[in-house]
Amino acid sequence: MQLDELKAIAEKHRSSRKKIIVRTCMSAGCMSSQADIIKKNLEAEAKAQGLEADVEVRRVGCMGFCGQGPLVGWDNSGEHGLWEFVKPEDAASIIAALKGGECKVQRGDPKHPFFAKQMHIVRANGGIIDPERIEDYIAIGGYTALHHSLTELQPAQVVEEVTKSGLRGRGGAGFPSGLKWGTVAKSPGAKKYVVCNGDEGDPGAFMDRSVLESDPHLVLEGMAIAAYAVGADQGYLYVRAEYPLAISRLQIAIKQAKQLGLLGAGIFESPFNFNVDIRIGAGAFVCGEETALMASVEGKRGTPRPRPPFPAESGLWGCPTLINNVETFANISAIINKGGEWYAGIGTEKSKGTKVFALTGKIKNNGLIEVPMGIPLRQIIMEMGGGAPDGRSIKSVQTGGPSGGCIPADYLDTPVDYESLTKLGSIMGSGGMVVMDDTTNMVEIAKFYMEFCMEESCGKCIPCRAGTVQMFNLLEKITQRKATARDLAKLEELCDMVKNTSLCGLGQTAPNPVISTLKFFRKEYAELLQPDPFGP
Amino acid sequence: MAVKTLTIDGRPITAEEGATVLQAATEAGIKIPTLCHLEGVYDVGACRLCIVEITGTTKLLPACTTKVSEGMEVQTQTERLRNYRRMILELLFAERNHVCAVCVSNGHCELQTLAYSQGMEHIRYDYTFPKWNVDTTHRLFGMDHNRCVLCTRCVRACWHIEGAGTKNIAGRGATSKIITDLNQPWGDSDSCTECGKCVMACPTGALFQKGSTVGEMVHDRDKLEFIVTAREKKQWVAAD
Ligand SMILES: Cc1cc2nc3c(=O)[nH]c(=O)nc-3n(C[C@H](O)[C@H](O)[C@H](O)COP(=O)(O)O)c2cc1C
Ligand code: SF4
Ligand code: FES
Repeated sequence: MQLDELKAIAEKHRSSRKKIIVRTCMSAGCMSSQADIIKKNLEAEAKAQGLEADVEVRRVGCMGFCGQGPLVGWDNSGEHGLWEFVKPEDAASIIAALKGGECKVQRGDPKHPFFAKQMHIVRANGGIIDPERIEDYIAIGGYTALHHSLTELQPAQVVEEVTKSGLRGRGGAGFPSGLKWGTVAKSPGAKKYVVCNGDEGDPGAFMDRSVLESDPHLVLEGMAIAAYAVGADQGYLYVRAEYPLAISRLQIAIKQAKQLGLLGAGIFESPFNFNVDIRIGAGAFVCGEETALMASVEGKRGTPRPRPPFPAESGLWGCPTLINNVETFANISAIINKGGEWYAGIGTEKSKGTKVFALTGKIKNNGLIEVPMGIPLRQIIMEMGGGAPDGRSIKSVQTGGPSGGCIPADYLDTPVDYESLTKLGSIMGSGGMVVMDDTTNMVEIAKFYMEFCMEESCGKCIPCRAGTVQMFNLLEKITQRKATARDLAKLEELCDMVKNTSLCGLGQTAPNPVISTLKFFRKEYAELLQPDPFGP
Repeated sequence: MAVKTLTIDGRPITAEEGATVLQAATEAGIKIPTLCHLEGVYDVGACRLCIVEITGTTKLLPACTTKVSEGMEVQTQTERLRNYRRMILELLFAERNHVCAVCVSNGHCELQTLAYSQGMEHIRYDYTFPKWNVDTTHRLFGMDHNRCVLCTRCVRACWHIEGAGTKNIAGRGATSKIITDLNQPWGDSDSCTECGKCVMACPTGALFQKGSTVGEMVHDRDKLEFIVTAREKKQWVAAD
């Protein structure tokens, strides 16, 4: 494969495009409400109404507005539109509407703040291209960033560009990606690996799933560029078994990329080789932790080990290994194409670029959004999300899942960046954003997350294994109105100990939901306490 | 071999490059409490009893897996550490059914010894009284899950000293369990060589020789060390 061949594929694909494109979301959310039948019916209707020559019914990935799904979008000579809550029997009227016919299906408003306030880098192609056709990805400029890297840039220059962009890891901790890439590149070793972390175990989070389902080649291209930059020739994509659609689309994508010589040996006729294999996780939350993930890839029990050594020095089978999150890799092509400086121009001083969030919970507009870093929480919750449904008011926003915390409504003006969220006792996390209204009991929320951590603790270290059990029991005692101030003190003491002594991030952050709800909603705990029979 | 100088509890110490803080401390006669550490097998840093404070890092680090570095300042006995260690021990006692008075290892138990040495006076947490069984299907040995602390010393001894790979760990969190082969009764195990190294490695009365009664089960740790020293250093006399 050469650049002109790539361009020829893109050109051929673009020129054969039909006038009207009807885009049917075939991501997990819409698929669960018969999107596959909707697509079949749309195709049959286009034929029946004699529009076959003009209309392409295309399978696309997630459009983001998952709460209003199934979604069907259309493009016609520069105009776009969206139908929401589509049912299979709506196909005839949707196709008829393309010729100006009457259609009762609910129309979405592309100017709605939910869409208007977004900024798309990672999700730029989601809902537009067919994730199962590499030509679609190539037609919008796919794999040119890889070509540019391999032919115009030295590996160190690729690292430099990523460093310049200010990109930080999207898997939760926000470690500067350029620094990590540089470390792996400099670590001595003939064999190196690149690993993509698609374990995504946070309750309420589905950002990575959506990226993998909607635009698998974007992630593969990012991994390939990373491999070139750090000197790796083998990659692993770790995806949880609960994401069968993402896995099958990745398998298709890898096969297609190999056929075109965009993965495999001598990519773009350069000396660079890169193969990617998929590893399927069995659904343990802890396997998202990098050292546990690597143990799992090696075929061992997925438990974390102490760091250092960090994977960058000693990862898979003792070799230097670069491990990044799905969304981190999905940012790379844009950074290479448009430059690190362009990327660094988006966001805040220390948090660059955009972030994808899964907006869920007690909020009118559920779905996936991609926003520039630094956007105030209020804009996300009130304008894009439309606030709480049923006339209720927002009480709190949970970010960072079981490792994060609850931000009270009083702090909605906080900008969404790594430092600001940490300062409030929460974290950016991987992008889960669960909204709670005034009917939510915060002690119950803390208990929910503690139960999650207790069940997902790998059991290797004592503070996390036994500490989460005792913390959960104490929280249960509190919610059952059987606890005293002494129990609450015990709980707080345990939070401190488990946070400071656990082996891995799971235990170290497991107390966070309790600590943060205690910080902002202590009253709710106090109201449940009983007088101590043995005195205060 | 390069030498590093560091201080532990204010005492200047030298240690070989690549040594762990635990090795350096032990060599200097400074005692750091340990439980999952076992001479002769690799360390996993799991029990967290050996955590120490190191100037310059906010994180507490396990001495058994942290390598010494030049100029390192280590504290092993601060009030905070001692308090955390007591809490960890209390969590262990509340986690399973540790009834010392009727235990084969009473008086020779590392968990019990640690509780004494760390000043554990009572257990502030509710006992969870889980239901665990005792596997007495093996011809020579027994496994009482009620007394297991999941240190995985038996697993490591079985895999890395004996090389049999019989012992393993299954499940997760508090329901993790030491298993034999594919979670079958020990007596049915095809891979067990009956070497008894797991029993020697166990810090509590969880693994025992059949026929021992209260207080009779003494784990012969020196034998394990002897085998490893012989193998790795080609040194065939027992260190005393
Ligand atoms: C308990 C636990 C679970 C984690 N789960 C994930 C996950 O699902 N996906 C992910 O990308 N990172 C996860 N991480 C973070 C990874 O350990 C690692 O930091 C990350 O993959 C690095 O990629 P990044 O630098 O691109 O963020 C988890 C960490 C912990 C402690
Ligand atoms: S903190 Fe929890 S999940 Fe992490 S190693 Fe310890 S027991 Fe396992
Ligand atoms: S002895 Fe170091 S963690 Fe257990």
